[in-house]
Amino acid sequence: MTQYQEYLGFICNVLESYNKKQVTLTESTDLVADIGLTSLEVMESIERIEDHFDISIPLNILPDVNTVGELARKVHELTQ
Amino acid sequence: MLFDKFQSMVDFRAELAERGVKPFGAVTEEIYSATEGRVEGRDVILAGTNNYLGLSYDPRCIAASQAAAQRWGTGTTGSRVANGSFSEHQALEADIADFYGVDHAIVFSTGYAATSGMCATLAGPGDVILLDGDSHASIYAGVRLSGAEIIRFKHNNPDDLAKRLRRLGERAADALIIVEGIYSMLGDVAPLQEIAAAKREFGGYLFVDEAHSMGVLGETGRGAAQAAGIEDDVDFVAGTFSKSLGGIGGFCVSPHAELQAIRFCINAYIFTASSAPSVIASTREALRIIRAEPQLRQRLWDNANRLYSGLAGLGLRVGPSASPVVAVVLEDRERTLACWQALLEAGVYVNMVVPPASPSTYCLLRNSVSAAHTPEQIETMIAAYAALQDAGLLPAPGQA
Repeated sequence: MTQYQEYLGFICNVLESYNKKQVTLTESTDLVADIGLTSLEVMESIERIEDHFDISIPLNILPDVNTVGELARKVHELTQ
Repeated sequence: MLFDKFQSMVDFRAELAERGVKPFGAVTEEIYSATEGRVEGRDVILAGTNNYLGLSYDPRCIAASQAAAQRWGTGTTGSRVANGSFSEHQALEADIADFYGVDHAIVFSTGYAATSGMCATLAGPGDVILLDGDSHASIYAGVRLSGAEIIRFKHNNPDDLAKRLRRLGERAADALIIVEGIYSMLGDVAPLQEIAAAKREFGGYLFVDEAHSMGVLGETGRGAAQAAGIEDDVDFVAGTFSKSLGGIGGFCVSPHAELQAIRFCINAYIFTASSAPSVIASTREALRIIRAEPQLRQRLWDNANRLYSGLAGLGLRVGPSASPVVAVVLEDRERTLACWQALLEAGVYVNMVVPPASPSTYCLLRNSVSAAHTPEQIETMIAAYAALQDAGLLPAPGQA
């Protein structure tokens, strides 16, 4: 499994707990439009991801992150 | 459509209008004293004003303001860097620097301009800002303009701050750490001793917004940093004149001489008119009163403790500790609206806060206490909440 796949898998696990609509989570799943995350849920998810990978995700990158795959790629970048 | 994004607000306002409830923008038609007025046609106790020391209606402040208007006119009509620096502005900067025991101060036209302006300017591209997650909107607005990397740490969690400073490695030495003294929604106080310890361990510059704690906390009223005994660790203190000082305006003080150069780089300072001399004069007088009359702070805390223990005693869900901001937490927006209106009809004006302005998904009935409240007024406020319980609008004791 590549590092990216590992990040993707963990992020999907985190997002499952907020997946009230039970949509199938893929790289192209939109965090807000598809899963329906609130801004508070986005921040909670980010905190769990940060703690797991021991990174800090700057707020500046969030406007560029819409999908699960984009979030995984950002986490990948931040851990390099 | 350009306006589509406002539709939810249009709908919310229409709903409030249909129900005849006006929690946002309620009009004060008369002020009778620092704690009484007429709001939306009702005589009420003012319990949502941030007028912590009651100085907005102090005759000495009013007289100072009147004299300044007579002497200087109604406005400066210009920026501090053009024609808007009167000797009164400079005198207030000297007063506020002296109050904080530092050499450098900037006076801004509003508190929002002070925090947003400083936060937008101190750090820039390539720098890192670490801010408490529950920071005020003015801080968020400022840091977004800064161009710096913005990292949020968990509210009032110094361990989370330390963890994030550690992750920064050598970059932590130049990071800007932003916290507030008292947080405006729940009235909770920052754990500044632990935050300062994290700064000492990893480095960084500490910025404390004392908007709700100046005049309220500390031996001489300098705020939460003074109360925590960590003022030597603080690089910048920002605050407002519109709360305990009863006027309008804001400030930043610092022991760093560079503040005098930074002043000329802050758009919120440069590109706006300076405060009216009448406001500056009342603020100077209020600051003098704060220094001369520490009993005001004692009266404020007596009232805050009375309200906090009274509401907690009713079994209501309130903030973590007694504070001049006493917030009652409710989960349901409909119920919050009904309670707010019932309190107004009972003669008590408080603030209503709903997401996203509240720190989480809950709603708040936010009470702010004043030194000018009488014990009887505080008891009336507590009784009004008890009546909400009797009416079934709030959970009865033991059910919260």
